[in-house]
Amino acid sequence: MSDSLINDLVNPVEPFLRSDRIPHIWCPGCGIGTTVNSFARALIDSEIDLRSLALVSGIGCTGRVAGYVKLDSFHTTHGRAIPFATGLKLANPKLNVIVYSGDGDLSAIGGNHLIHAARRNIDLKVICVNNLIYAMTGGQTAPTTPDHSTTSTNPYGVFEPSFNLPQLVEAAGAVYVARWTTFHVRQITRAMSEAFQKKGFSFIEIISPCPTLYQRRNKMGDALDAMKYYKEKSKVRNGAPTSEVGMTMTGEIIVGKFVDRERPDYQTMMRAQYSESLGERYVEEPEMVCDCS
Amino acid sequence: MKADPKGVLTGIHFMDGDHACCEGALAAGSRFASGYPITPSTEVVERFAARVPTVGGAFIQMEDELAASITLQGAVWAGAKAFTVTSGPGFSLMMEHIGYAAMTETPCVFVDVQRGGPSTGLPTLPAQADMMQARWGSHGDYEIIALCPNSPQECFDLTITAFNLAEEFRVPVMFMMDECVGHMTEKVVIPAADQIEVVPRRHTRKSVEDYLPYETNGDLVPEMAHAGDGYNFHVTGLTHDQRGYPDMTLPTQDKLVRRLQNKILNAVDRITMTEEEQIEGADVVVVSYGITSRVAQRAIEAARKNGLRVGKLRLITAWPFPEKKIRELAAKVKAFVVPELNLGQMVREVERAAAGQAKTFAVSHAGGGVHNPEDILKVIVEASRCRTV
Repeated sequence: MSDSLINDLVNPVEPFLRSDRIPHIWCPGCGIGTTVNSFARALIDSEIDLRSLALVSGIGCTGRVAGYVKLDSFHTTHGRAIPFATGLKLANPKLNVIVYSGDGDLSAIGGNHLIHAARRNIDLKVICVNNLIYAMTGGQTAPTTPDHSTTSTNPYGVFEPSFNLPQLVEAAGAVYVARWTTFHVRQITRAMSEAFQKKGFSFIEIISPCPTLYQRRNKMGDALDAMKYYKEKSKVRNGAPTSEVGMTMTGEIIVGKFVDRERPDYQTMMRAQYSESLGERYVEEPEMVCDCS
Repeated sequence: MKADPKGVLTGIHFMDGDHACCEGALAAGSRFASGYPITPSTEVVERFAARVPTVGGAFIQMEDELAASITLQGAVWAGAKAFTVTSGPGFSLMMEHIGYAAMTETPCVFVDVQRGGPSTGLPTLPAQADMMQARWGSHGDYEIIALCPNSPQECFDLTITAFNLAEEFRVPVMFMMDECVGHMTEKVVIPAADQIEVVPRRHTRKSVEDYLPYETNGDLVPEMAHAGDGYNFHVTGLTHDQRGYPDMTLPTQDKLVRRLQNKILNAVDRITMTEEEQIEGADVVVVSYGITSRVAQRAIEAARKNGLRVGKLRLITAWPFPEKKIRELAAKVKAFVVPELNLGQMVREVERAAAGQAKTFAVSHAGGGVHNPEDILKVIVEASRCRTV
């Protein structure tokens, strides 16, 4: 192979990344980068118009995704990625808005916004990287931390029950709910591609290792051990009732597509209501963009 | 540029301050609001919710003020002019996103119809006790602009000004109403659209290759792009460089935070608006704002009837504080009298700016009602008798 051929080799996901921001901040063995790789491949597969994409993150390790993707990208405040994304989508419905954040950001401090956006069925694609812990701040208990595991704020073991996120968002009204692990890179890409095509509130949970904090403290080995665990203990059960997919510390991980249903999204309902009530007085604007001239 | 006639309800109206504020927002070109109900402010968005589908736009009632105060910022980055409306307890919850708007330079308007506090306080009764919170409520160093209307007419006029200043300086503007002004019904004249000046978004004209989201020149205000324009820009609340990329180094922090302050402070003379009356030759100047300025008017007139030389200085802009104006006056007058519906907030600024050249008298009130003009008059008389410093 000649030098020029080698030089011509470009990683297919590179055009989707801000190469000038590499190296990234994620630890060796962290799964977040893996999910970003799957995300970029989903963008390629779905041939989505990149110009129409906006990506919104909250705060935390996964919150940094917004800073590494070459899209209109917003790194917002802790927990508030979903309401920010709601504003983007309502003001310009042509945008495809993706929320990419972590379990603590989305389900603890942002939990209220998560359930209400699902209830309203705002047309957002929510990618939740669940590493079972607050990693950015040093390994504190999250609402997703499994029972009996140890964290820096539960040094004697976690005794509060954790959230089953697929069940939570299904109950709140999400139209698409799936869970995979970072072992399932192709399935993640497929799920993301499906969600991009889906109108309404879509939620993809990706179980991801945190070797630095969660695994080390709980003596669960390194990133490779996490992959082995995901490989051995994941059970694909598409359509599984979400009430049965709760996580434990070392038990089975039920993965698959759990929910795929139709329900009119917020803006469809809004337009229908205004049209019915106001008739010709309703002025429907495709975008609310102010005059910049 | 001129206002879009679609949003302008031209005519002579009998309207309360809350509704006038809503009409001001529509006239200014705002087509998006996110809110959460709270007395005594809700009428602003109630009217907006009824009006906006007929002019092309949206209102969404969010699950809390944390959401309301950032949903509007998403809408701004998609291209809309947007605002939210609240009162004390909700304003407290919005502080984080006032900081986010300051840091990311998101042009937007926060309306605070002030009521008695602290905490739940007096939901239906007036106060002016959020004035320091408006300036200092979010963490870190930053500047905002705050305006204080004292009539429904000004609720209309100054809401347009608030949006215009937000766009010109890419800064969150605090619109500091109070329960009295919000619920007071008076004549409001809404001019024809071609009589209303509206400041457009500072959208970049640069090519994608040449555009740096936080590059600035003379006036220190960067140009904006909107999501979907193809610029692939990044916005973060972290300390960032001209590219908008996180850069948590001392030089970048220093440069950014000083610029956020200086873009406002350099233009302070242009931003600050005051109303003055009989300042020349006055012994005492009454400094007031909002509803209190109207109560003080009666005290000022009574004092003049008694032969006292009393001037009036009404703060239309509270922040940035018209420091130079107070300093210049302080060299000429004996004293300032500062009535306000709090236990002493803007009076601290007056005292600081006067820097010992003139005495400063507070006329405090814990809120829940307005001053008795007699109480202000007593202090004016006392101030007139004081010896020059």
